[in-house]
Formats: sequence, C-alpha cells, structure tokens
Amino acid sequence: MRRFFQRLSINNNPGWVFILTGLGLILLLGLPLLTLDWRAIGKNFFNSVLSPTALTALKLSLLTSTSTVLVAIATGTPLAYILARWKFRGKNALELLVDLPVVLPPSVAGLALLIAFGRTGVFGVWLNALGITLPFTTVAVMMAQTFVSAPLFVGAAREGFAAVDKQIEEAALVEGANEWQVFRFIMFPLAGRAFLAGLILTWARALGEFGATILFAGNLEGKTQTMPLAIYLGFETYLDVAIALSVMLMVVSVVLLGLM
Amino acid sequence: MKKLPFIVLLFAAILLASCGPAAKAIPAPTAVPPTETMVPPTDTPLPPTATPAPRTLTVFAAASLTGSFGDIGKAFEAANPGVTVTFNFAGSQVLSTQITQGAAADVFASANHTEMDKLVTANLVAAGYKDFVTNVLEVILPANNPANVQTLQDLAKPGLKLVLEDKSVPAGAYSLQILANMSKDPTYGSDFNTKVLANVVSNETDVKQVVAKVQLGEADAGIVYITDAIAAPTLKTIVIPTNFNVVAKYPIAALTNAPQPDLASAFVAYVLSEDGQAIMKKWGFTTVTP
Repeated sequence: MRRFFQRLSINNNPGWVFILTGLGLILLLGLPLLTLDWRAIGKNFFNSVLSPTALTALKLSLLTSTSTVLVAIATGTPLAYILARWKFRGKNALELLVDLPVVLPPSVAGLALLIAFGRTGVFGVWLNALGITLPFTTVAVMMAQTFVSAPLFVGAAREGFAAVDKQIEEAALVEGANEWQVFRFIMFPLAGRAFLAGLILTWARALGEFGATILFAGNLEGKTQTMPLAIYLGFETYLDVAIALSVMLMVVSVVLLGLM
Repeated sequence: MKKLPFIVLLFAAILLASCGPAAKAIPAPTAVPPTETMVPPTDTPLPPTATPAPRTLTVFAAASLTGSFGDIGKAFEAANPGVTVTFNFAGSQVLSTQITQGAAADVFASANHTEMDKLVTANLVAAGYKDFVTNVLEVILPANNPANVQTLQDLAKPGLKLVLEDKSVPAGAYSLQILANMSKDPTYGSDFNTKVLANVVSNETDVKQVVAKVQLGEADAGIVYITDAIAAPTLKTIVIPTNFNVVAKYPIAALTNAPQPDLASAFVAYVLSEDGQAIMKKWGFTTVTP
C-alpha cells in the first residue's frame, strides 16, 4: 500500500492518470460480481445451492468438464508437441484451425457441430446408420465443451514445449535418446507448468460453456443441463437458484485461477 | 508492432461504418396513381415536409410473435414517420425478468397472463390490460417424419425423440397441460403423460428453438403454437383436438415507465385496431376483436 502511494507522489510521475483511466474497467468488472455475492447472501442461499436442480447440474458439470480436460490432455498433448517442434507444410493452416475455436462465438461452434454431427448432419447421417445419435446426449455436451476449450490447452502446451531449451533436447538426442524418450523425460517434465496452466484454463472454460451446449446438446435435467444452462433457465423462474449457482461457479473459478 | 497503426485504422473504419445511417431497404416501387402526377403546379406552398425527430419504440414480445410483430412493426413505422420500432423477441419469462430487472421497454406483449401479472405486481403495468390474440398448440414433425408419427398416440412410442419448451416457457407449460388433459381420456390412458414425457430429449428455451430442432430433423416431434407451424410450412403437423388443447391468451400493455409513453399507447392501439388484427390473423392467430 505504501509503495502504491509512493508511486502517486513521485515527482512528475503522472501515476494517477493510469489509475483514473483504469478505474472505469475496475468498476465494470468488480461491481457486478460484488453485487452477485451481495445478493446471494441470505437464508435462501444454502437452500438454493442444495436444491435438486442445482445439485444435478453441478454433478453433470463436474463430470463433463473433467472428461473434457482428460480428452484435451490425451489428444492435445501430441498435437501441441507437433506444433511446437515439427516443421511441415500446412502447419500455419493447422495452427489457425486450433486457434479459431478460441475466438469464434460459441453459438457458431454449436451450429457447426449440429450441422456436422447432428442426426441429419453431413457426418451425422453416417453415425446414425451405425446406430449412434449424438445430439441431446451427455457426449454432445462433452463434444461442445472440448470444441471450445481444448484449443486453450493446446495453445498453452505448445508454448510450454516451445520454451524448452533446444540444447537440452539435442544433448539427449546425441546421447542416443529416441523422440519418445525426449518427449517423456525432457519435454513433458520441463513444460509442466505450462501444462498446468492450460489444464486449468481448459477446465474453467469447459465448466462455463453455454452457447454451443444449448444448441448442440439441448437442455434436459440430469443429462445435458449443465450449471450455465441451469443458471439461464433459473434466471427465468427462480432468480435465487440462478444467483446461488452463479456464485458457486465464481468461487470455483477463483480457486482454479488461484492454482495457476 | 509495425501492424499496430493499421489495426487502429481498421477499428476506426469499422466504428465509422457501423455508426453511419443504417442501410434502409429500398421500398418496392408502387404504381403511382396517374391523377396525382397530373395535378397542375399551384402557387400554394407545399406543406412543410414533416421531418419529425427520429424516435425509437422498444417492444418486448414473446418469441412466438416474431413473424407477426415484424410485420406490425413495419406497418406501424409506415404510419408514423420518424419512428423506428425495435423488438426484443424471447421467451415471455425472459422478457418479464428483464423488465423487472430494469430493462427499458415501452411495450410488453406476453404469451400468457402469468408473466404480465408479474409486471402488474411490480407496478410496471396497469391492471386491466387487454388480450389482443389467442393461439392454440399443435404437434410438429420433420418433413420426412423419421419416426413415422401418424397420430397423437404415437407420441408415446418408446424411443421417439420429442422436444418441448422448458416448463418456465409459456408454451412448455401449455404442452404439459395438454398432455395432462389427454391422460384423463381413456383413449390415451392414464400413463400417456408419463410415457410421452419419458421421450423428451430437450426442454428448449423458447418455441423457435423447438421449431429449429424439428426442422433440422434432430427431433422426431415437438409441440408448438399453431402460428409457429404456419410460419414453417415445410413441417408436417398433427392437430390437437379442442377438448385437449389450451387456448393461450396473449396480453399486451404499455409499461408505466415507458420512455415513449405516447408511442407505446399508439402501438398498443394499433395492434388492437382493424389493421393490426388483420396482420395477426394472416399469421394464424385468432383475433379477439370481431
């Protein structure tokens, strides 16, 4: 705090310009979140959190987001390694493909998933012939979450791999290690921190997924109604439940960010 | 960093382009009555071409009114130069929450009385509001009818994929009521309700979502307003007999804190007028004024 005020008073240093202009954003971010907490305090909070709808949604959200993270690690790690270390034609296009879902609106993701993998979708028709229908299932929820959140993991892991000193890698190769051993004993441990960051970001994003889920997976309690969907529907009927769920998601997010 | 000036310029250009006058659809040329062109020029000064200050009327309307109110809005704008009508279409339950939480709206048109009554309780609408149309519900099926649904009984076939609106959406509550009504009839059986509800794969957030899911062929059947079915002519439909059906009453009211109170009343009056009711009828609603 003293350093803060020292900064203000240092001769000719216009520190207050930074503070005053930044204040607008601080208020915009802080006020709504504080209001949410303030509104949640009350005797209804625990009743709302423990209501069957809220608990079912929480359970489903934890199940789907954790599965999404596992899928992201399993499929994203090799992809991140390839992007960080290999050189090949079409690499730029591949990077673009992986980055795109991060900036696309989730409604676009949901629509794309639906017209590709829906029952009458381009690829969904084949799946349907095999007896697999995806829309309105818990698997669809996970697909929607993976679509929007796994690229965050790939991005973080790619940065992590790229930051590993090439000399260490080369030394290992000179010593006779094969590519798998380099990956297993050098790259993976050294990129650990970036991995953790990517993992948490992915989990948080999957936990908050709404737009793609409601379009591709629909809304059915216990099957596809995750916490954000329950909040949206609660907002319409039981504001208390919606607020309680929102605060719960916020607390989880704060804990996740604290882990990073 | 060399790209930064270009990016700033690009953003400035986007901002300028989006702030400019909105592109107005060019009205279709209409035949001008020849007599008008024949009027000889006179010395009397033309009445000042009235350019009233542009005003915006904000109407919050149930999702099932999307098509009909789009037309009403255009007709109202034509009758009131300088007025732009902007709509917020969503489930009535979303709209009433938005309004009680302080959203600035002039007019609210709801698909049931429950949501309007919430606003009366909050003193945002005067008691004694008017219904302007009624609507009934209907079963919709994809054009190719993948589950081969022929009768209402077929809705209970195991494995059928049925989409409804969430019970918080007026149409969803009406659908549940219809199914309950049918269960009381021995033809369908007392477990009809349970069997049909076991087939529900999703409770959507408004009727248009249900129409979309059935239209895409993702669901085998849905229950929506007859007006939604008319607006989507590719769909197959099954009529729900009157003795099971629910008559949805649509009320409309100007809000007590409307930013444009006179325009709000004028809009409500227009919807209830002969012209307004004719438009509603065209979209399949049952009008209340004879």
